[in-house]
Amino acid sequence: MRISMEVNGRGVEVDVEDRTSLADCLRDRLGLTGVHLGCEHGVCGACTVLLDGSSVRSCLLFAVQAAGHRVTTVEGLADGAGQGGLHPVQTAFMACHGLQCGFCTPGLVLTTCELLAEDPAPTAEEVRARLSGNLCRCTGYVKIFEAVDRAAELMRARSGTAAAPAGAAEDTR
Amino acid sequence: MKAPRFEYRAATSVAHATELLAEYDGDAKVLAGGQSLVPLLNFRLSNPAALVDINGLGELGGHRLGADELHVGAVCRHREIERDPQIAARCPAIADAVAQIGHVAIRNRGTVVGSIAHADPAAEWPGLAMLLDAQFTARAVQGERTIAAGAFFDGFLSTVLDPTEVITAVTFPLPPVASGSAWIEFARRHGDFALVGVGAVIECADESITSARIVVTGVSDTPVRVAAAERVLHGAQPGEALFAEAGRVVATQVDPISDIHGDATYRRRLAQVLTRRALAVAADRAA
Repeated sequence: MRISMEVNGRGVEVDVEDRTSLADCLRDRLGLTGVHLGCEHGVCGACTVLLDGSSVRSCLLFAVQAAGHRVTTVEGLADGAGQGGLHPVQTAFMACHGLQCGFCTPGLVLTTCELLAEDPAPTAEEVRARLSGNLCRCTGYVKIFEAVDRAAELMRARSGTAAAPAGAAEDTR
Repeated sequence: MKAPRFEYRAATSVAHATELLAEYDGDAKVLAGGQSLVPLLNFRLSNPAALVDINGLGELGGHRLGADELHVGAVCRHREIERDPQIAARCPAIADAVAQIGHVAIRNRGTVVGSIAHADPAAEWPGLAMLLDAQFTARAVQGERTIAAGAFFDGFLSTVLDPTEVITAVTFPLPPVASGSAWIEFARRHGDFALVGVGAVIECADESITSARIVVTGVSDTPVRVAAAERVLHGAQPGEALFAEAGRVVATQVDPISDIHGDATYRRRLAQVLTRRALAVAADRAA
């Protein structure tokens, strides 16, 4: 089946089998190998992408279902605003060393992007709950949580919200 | 692991969906959120000739909270229910439960009705449906019928739904405003299926319980209502000792299996303790 969708801000047309997952389509047909495939049954979160801005497991979605929709992968995040042109969440993961082998990183970065778009100042508990759907077997998550906090600061600073202490940031929600 | 070959058929209306299901004569599956179906396909545990995608059917989307019922369309996602603060205020057991389904990425995509149709005995929505006496609307080419939750779940991942039927909506009657409700479950890891879950609804008048409902998940091949424990509560004064007694009765009534996640004794103890806790929270929330 021939489908068209918007991937990382660009309209694409691609031929896929009915059974081709969105993950395989993005990786194999469109070369977006930042979409990592771990478990292929919705558990590990490595294949997380944004569909119309909301996080989804791209291994649990068929490419044909994304027809007419907007898909964002880690390759589409860099917006030129941060260090080296990266997205602030990417900058923060790099600065805080929120990764070791990097396999889970694209999924974690996209999950973080969704979280911070919904809540610019999440509590530590919210961050832990939200990231629990993305398995990291290297880091023990400590550096990842630090990266999310840093990303929240960077994004608040960028959007002009006073980068205030956590308590004060509550008032801006 | 990749899904086996199937024909993808996007339904253009509910009538079209039923025609497609009839065309494949039981060998097609309805594709809604896909968060349970696609893993089954990827594991090659399910091998349908076709998937009938109902995601494009706008008339099956959304939810509506009325004065005494919650109506949920077949492609309404868990996350939509989770983010409606009025539902949490009106029936907190629903909000308690929905927040514990998988992770946000799963809840962004998975549907209420899909979870019910999948009928995992440890899942939240089948348990909530039993707790609240939900009614399901099922459509086939021949017509429409309404199925009560109590008559719907047939066994492990099994329901009375015919493979040529599609559930178009579910209606949850809501307990009275003055009642209290709660859902408590225990899982080894955040986002996992619960080992055991307990839902409770309590109504009180003049310091005594006038109505109580208890549903336990993860202890049988379907969610179970525990009438014997409900009877202990009727007419009694709410309190820790009473709720503990109801928990003990639940433990005598359920017959869970042992598996690698927990043995039967442990699950029975969980059912006992979670019942006591759910009743206490529900009573606390009752006006």
